[in-house]
Amino acid sequence: MFTLIQIELYKIFNRPRTYIAFIAIAALTIIVQLGLKVDGKEYADFVMADLKNTFSIDGKIINGYFVCYVLLQLLLVHVPLLIALIAADMISGEANIGTLRLLLTKPISRVQFIIAKFIATCIYTVALLIWLAILGLLLSIFIFGTGDLLLLKNNYVVQLQQNDIFWRYTGAFLFAAIAMITVAAVGFFLSLFAENSIGPIVATMSIIIVCTILSTMSLPLFNLIKPYLFTTHLVTWKEFFDIKINNQNETIAGSIQNPAKIINSLTVLIAHIIILISITIFIFKKKDILS
Amino acid sequence: MKKLGFLFLILLCFQSIVFSQDATTLLNKVKAKINLVNDYTATGKMKTDITFIKAPIGKVTVYFKKPNKFKLKKENGISILPKGGVSINIGAIINVEDFDIIDSGEEIIDNTITRKIILLPKNETNDVALSTMYIDAEKLLVKKVVTTTKENGTYQILISYGNYSQYGLPDKVVFGFNTKDYKMPKGITMEFDDEGKKEMREKMKNKKGKVEIMYNTYIINKGINDAIFN
Repeated sequence: MFTLIQIELYKIFNRPRTYIAFIAIAALTIIVQLGLKVDGKEYADFVMADLKNTFSIDGKIINGYFVCYVLLQLLLVHVPLLIALIAADMISGEANIGTLRLLLTKPISRVQFIIAKFIATCIYTVALLIWLAILGLLLSIFIFGTGDLLLLKNNYVVQLQQNDIFWRYTGAFLFAAIAMITVAAVGFFLSLFAENSIGPIVATMSIIIVCTILSTMSLPLFNLIKPYLFTTHLVTWKEFFDIKINNQNETIAGSIQNPAKIINSLTVLIAHIIILISITIFIFKKKDILS
Repeated sequence: MKKLGFLFLILLCFQSIVFSQDATTLLNKVKAKINLVNDYTATGKMKTDITFIKAPIGKVTVYFKKPNKFKLKKENGISILPKGGVSINIGAIINVEDFDIIDSGEEIIDNTITRKIILLPKNETNDVALSTMYIDAEKLLVKKVVTTTKENGTYQILISYGNYSQYGLPDKVVFGFNTKDYKMPKGITMEFDDEGKKEMREKMKNKKGKVEIMYNTYIINKGINDAIFN
């Protein structure tokens, strides 16, 4: 199994397409960091304009933690599209170049084959997130330093002390890993039904876009299906950055306002992964491989 | 018996002198006491109690230099103070000019009889519309200030004293104010999920805010670089 995964990883990382995602993340991250380095104060003034009508805010608002949060807000919406480039190519790519049938002549079961491919996809996804963490968090801390994190929510403001932030990013990235693996599972599942990569890649992107729109529109009809859409739960990483308060309105360091929501989202996402991969295995086992 | 009667008479006279002193004189005496302090650096803790702000209690350093330079810095952090918060500084409260002064009797604040003095600005362009001070005439300490401004509404400052009362410097300042509605566009916050926020919205109907500063130490009249206030 380990050898199978190694082979799949070799194939993934030998494709130039794989590095598009890494380059895109690096480019976007560095552009945002450069922009905030040059015009960070103006950006902070714009974002905090409403709050500054009533309050005087003093301190280092634009710091590494804040920049990373901005980056995650911007990028974690688009990273699924980059993941689709690889995940949706995993089986259909083999079918396209005609190696799928050849591979299955080897003494490995179809289940092993699918699981190895999926684990390799997961490793690629996690590698992409580690890359994002290195550039988005560590490089931002290096450039902008650390400090308290001031976040604006729709109805309230959250201020986190700097010694209470890093573990939240760890949690957020781990959560994002599960969320992105869910996206990978969707692409992986769709790659089962085509004999070229373009179809599953476009289909995965379309599903992500449509489901994201449904998740963000506050209409009663959509509210019924929202809890079951994986896109609704992709943004739950933000819950790591909301803190509980006590009766005196003092924040409780190390707490999360709504841990149940994180658990619920994780459950939905993991259920998606299990169901999608199980169906993929089920179909693939019965599939007549002709290419 | 005669001695006791004489002492009682002296006390009565003293009390009447204190209470009958002109409000302006009293204010000037308080000013004179406060003005003994040219500058100070104080350390303490700040607690922000505003319904729509979840903020931690943080260590703060406060810098003051006469006549009204004031800076509050939160250690490695971000401080959120209500606009007009400069009045948390007792020097800025008391060093007012061009006001009509009205003596409005006495009131008990924290079990202390205080003189209630109303200040009305002569200058119509002044942001302060009305300011009421409650002064402990015996100790020459401002115990409470209620100020109504044109731009930032009404705020109230409650002041407690301890080790540094001889300089008129507080141990604790509680700054109370009314807050405006807070609502951020979803396009800026990028949060499209409002579920579970009903409790928060309900709580936000209380639009009173409070900032407390508990002072631990003061370094008085040792000089402060002006660059700190920039």
